[in-house]
Amino acid sequence: MNLTELMPFSVLIPLIAAPLVALLPGRVAPWLVASASAISALAIAVATWIGVSQAGVLRYAFGNWPPPIGIEYRVDAANAFVALLITAMAAIMLIWGRATVNREVPERQGAFYALFLLAVSGLLGITLTGDIFNVFVFLEISSLATYALIAHGGDRRALLAAFRYLIMGTVGATFLLIGIGFLYIMTGTLNMVDLAERLPAIGESRALQVGLAFIVVGLALKLALFPLHLWLPNAYTYAPSLVSAFIAATATKVALYVMLRFIFTVFAPEYSFSALPLAMAFTVLAIGAMFAGSWLALLQDNLKRLLAYSSVAQVGYMVLGVSFGTVLGLSASFLHLFNHGLMKGALFVAAGIIFHQTGSVRLDSLRGLGRVMPWTLTGLALAGLSLIGIPPTAGFISKWYLISAAIDAQQTWLVVLILLSSLMALAYIARLVELAWMQPRPADAPQVSEAPIGLLAPLWLLVLANFYFGIDTRLTVGGATAAAEALLGMGG
Amino acid sequence: MIMSALPIIPPVAIIAIAFAGAIVIALAASRPSLRDTLCWLFPLPFFIAILGYIEPVVSGAGPTQTLLTLVPGLDIAFAARPLGLVFTLLASTLWMLATPYALGYMKKGGYQNIGRFMACYAIALGAVAGIAFAENLLTLYLFYEILSISTYPLVAHTGTEKARAGARTYLAILLVTSVGLMLPAMVWLWQATGTLSFSSGGIMAGQVSDTTAAVLLVLLLLGIGKAALMPVHRWLPAAMVAPTPVSALLHAVAVVKAGVFSVLTVALYIFGLDYLATLITQPIMLYLAVFTMLAASLVALHQDNLKARLAYSTVSQLAYIVTGALLATELAAIGGGLHMLMHGFGKITLFFCAGAIYVASGINTVSGMDGLARRMPLTMLAFFIGALCVIGLPPTGGFWSKWYLVSGAWEAGYFVVVGAFMLSTLLNVAYLMPPVMRAFLRPPPSDDPVNYQVNEAPLLCLIPLLITAAGTLVLFVLADPAYQLLSLGVP
Repeated sequence: MNLTELMPFSVLIPLIAAPLVALLPGRVAPWLVASASAISALAIAVATWIGVSQAGVLRYAFGNWPPPIGIEYRVDAANAFVALLITAMAAIMLIWGRATVNREVPERQGAFYALFLLAVSGLLGITLTGDIFNVFVFLEISSLATYALIAHGGDRRALLAAFRYLIMGTVGATFLLIGIGFLYIMTGTLNMVDLAERLPAIGESRALQVGLAFIVVGLALKLALFPLHLWLPNAYTYAPSLVSAFIAATATKVALYVMLRFIFTVFAPEYSFSALPLAMAFTVLAIGAMFAGSWLALLQDNLKRLLAYSSVAQVGYMVLGVSFGTVLGLSASFLHLFNHGLMKGALFVAAGIIFHQTGSVRLDSLRGLGRVMPWTLTGLALAGLSLIGIPPTAGFISKWYLISAAIDAQQTWLVVLILLSSLMALAYIARLVELAWMQPRPADAPQVSEAPIGLLAPLWLLVLANFYFGIDTRLTVGGATAAAEALLGMGG
Repeated sequence: MIMSALPIIPPVAIIAIAFAGAIVIALAASRPSLRDTLCWLFPLPFFIAILGYIEPVVSGAGPTQTLLTLVPGLDIAFAARPLGLVFTLLASTLWMLATPYALGYMKKGGYQNIGRFMACYAIALGAVAGIAFAENLLTLYLFYEILSISTYPLVAHTGTEKARAGARTYLAILLVTSVGLMLPAMVWLWQATGTLSFSSGGIMAGQVSDTTAAVLLVLLLLGIGKAALMPVHRWLPAAMVAPTPVSALLHAVAVVKAGVFSVLTVALYIFGLDYLATLITQPIMLYLAVFTMLAASLVALHQDNLKARLAYSTVSQLAYIVTGALLATELAAIGGGLHMLMHGFGKITLFFCAGAIYVASGINTVSGMDGLARRMPLTMLAFFIGALCVIGLPPTGGFWSKWYLVSGAWEAGYFVVVGAFMLSTLLNVAYLMPPVMRAFLRPPPSDDPVNYQVNEAPLLCLIPLLITAAGTLVLFVLADPAYQLLSLGVP
């Protein structure tokens, strides 16, 4: 079977496996099938990535209906790169998460894993498809699955968090759908390549402008761009550990990717940035996100919520890279998209392990934990270094490119703001380190022990990946640059 | 020569020796005797490997190595140069001496977590080798940050509220300056010139506007917070909450010398001395360094706590070296390099003595040192010799570095700086001699617990400090080879 025909299966395998998993009884079988399908999706994503780096673009028309009539999957460096992140995270998280799921979701695990696979499949579908209505469909699949997953959290507040996310997410999806409707009315097509060809002919049009605005706002909600981030902290905090870790590492990234796809491929960047004051809006909102997110992270007393607010700030960095509208800026965004997936994945995995062992992720319960659970907390601290951007971590490479992009775009004043917000990250990570190592364990603290190797190995895999990609940047920088060029239509 | 028989291993391998040492020591933390053996063992191959570099560096073909290319033109790469060789020779020699001292001190003082302590110690030394052999500013920055982070647990070692607060100040200032000033300066430099490689004569002349270069000088000098130029010097006194072996090896030698080494490297190989002298901010920064030199000496005068006094003395002495770099003459730059070496030996001796006095007698203030020479004659003799070296009097090595620094200032025509050096030397006498005078000339307090009996620190502490004191005397004779070696690296 050649690669072009294989490629759609990274979406289809989890999608088909989901109902199967839902029917499986017990605890082992659903987990096994889910993990196996995530790993096969990863294998296909790797093959796709290799294929794309040789061939440039892979296209697959469903049912042999040629586009623009049928639905087409169209994979270039940009979505292959994102798909790699999603599948890798799904595979690692599933293998890691079994023990945490046993503790946090003791019953009906078949349904839980089925939802997880649907979320994975939805995110992959958004990423790979070349059809804008298909984007909406997969967005709904992944979102609905995610609402249900968050509601599985043990705390009753998880239900409220899921409900709020549902309201906000539905508003976002509706905005996206309205925008897509505008595009369809104006052009009569839903295929991205086709749209890109037909849109310039329309020229100045209020309807297109409104369509773009709806799409950008709708997706900004999904990617939790400040000030539309209000759903995110509770959703990340109260979701089961496995779900927090997976969606923190992937969900907002996919929303960002698809927004970039709309701005840069469907509408040309010249159009997007002139039709709407996007550069200005993104700069202002990104700065707002960087500072509000970091500041709120400093005030939290719950580890997962702290990390969630930090995600809001990190989304700011990615959007800031986009606001420059240059290849370098866009590369910086993609690079951070990938690297942030690695670091937040590691941090949430560490938080999950802490919850599994101690039953709490309140910062109070971290006191003196460094001596009791040295491997977990060291992993947390090292991933924290990556978040701050200390070399030789992946986070440093992100910061380097973001600062380079700012100087390249002659926005030197932004460098100061980027660094100030990094220093705020330093403050909240240092606070964790100090709590864990420099404070004695309270006398009435529950007896805890270090996590088993099965939980630690995936954490350290992610931590070491943070260091590996901070040293060997061929895959990440090369991939991000190729992705940026593909979006700007320069890579062919 | 015997030197040529030594194996020459790549720079990465030297760094790896120290890092491997850290891992192995950490793993052996629960078995004290094995741990101690390993601690003794690892400094030796590290030192021998660095000795092996002398011959190639002298013959002008120092080992080079490119580990990775991040982007074309931006590498993690190493190149052994004379200045870096002097720095690593200093650090590796003193690591061998500081290891027994640290073990003796920590056990006598009843400290916990010795495994973690010695592992972080080893990481710091590996980072020093990385800084010293860096081929470009990015590589230097990488190891500079590793050094900051790996020394944080050492400063906070005791875990008391005071230690935590000190460590917080320490890390905050070092990281805020490096991330906030040095990193953007580096990216800016990279954007402007397309290279970060160190090369003789600098990389900036003709590539950037004079205004840009002037701003970059300020950013880099203050961004290299480890050089402790005022107003970013506060981390050094704060770091004194650490156990004395940390203050001795790291905050008198490894960390602070990494700072001034970076300043010298930036002055020589990024700006180039000729170009540096033309910048409008050069005199401003020079006078800031001179101000630091005098102001820190004045503060040191008023410190009764012995370690705090030594810390401010270090701030002042580091400013000597920064001044040497900023005078922008070859003689002064060589003087700066020599002072790195001489002050390293002198100051570690003083800190070793301060620690020995503390563990043997519980005394940590200058006012408590009355008559101490009767109880600890050898320690106080070493203290006296170390003080002579820091002041810059013969027959110690400190004399030569001061000689070249003053000559360099004279040659550059900065007579105010010459005057400042003299004034500062007098201040050095004023804050380093009183402890010696009190110990030798005053009677011990009447409630002296051991009453005129000799009560030295454990041998593990005493012997290293005698060796370093002797080292300062040897360097008086051996200053010329060091001078020759350094002059190879100054274009």
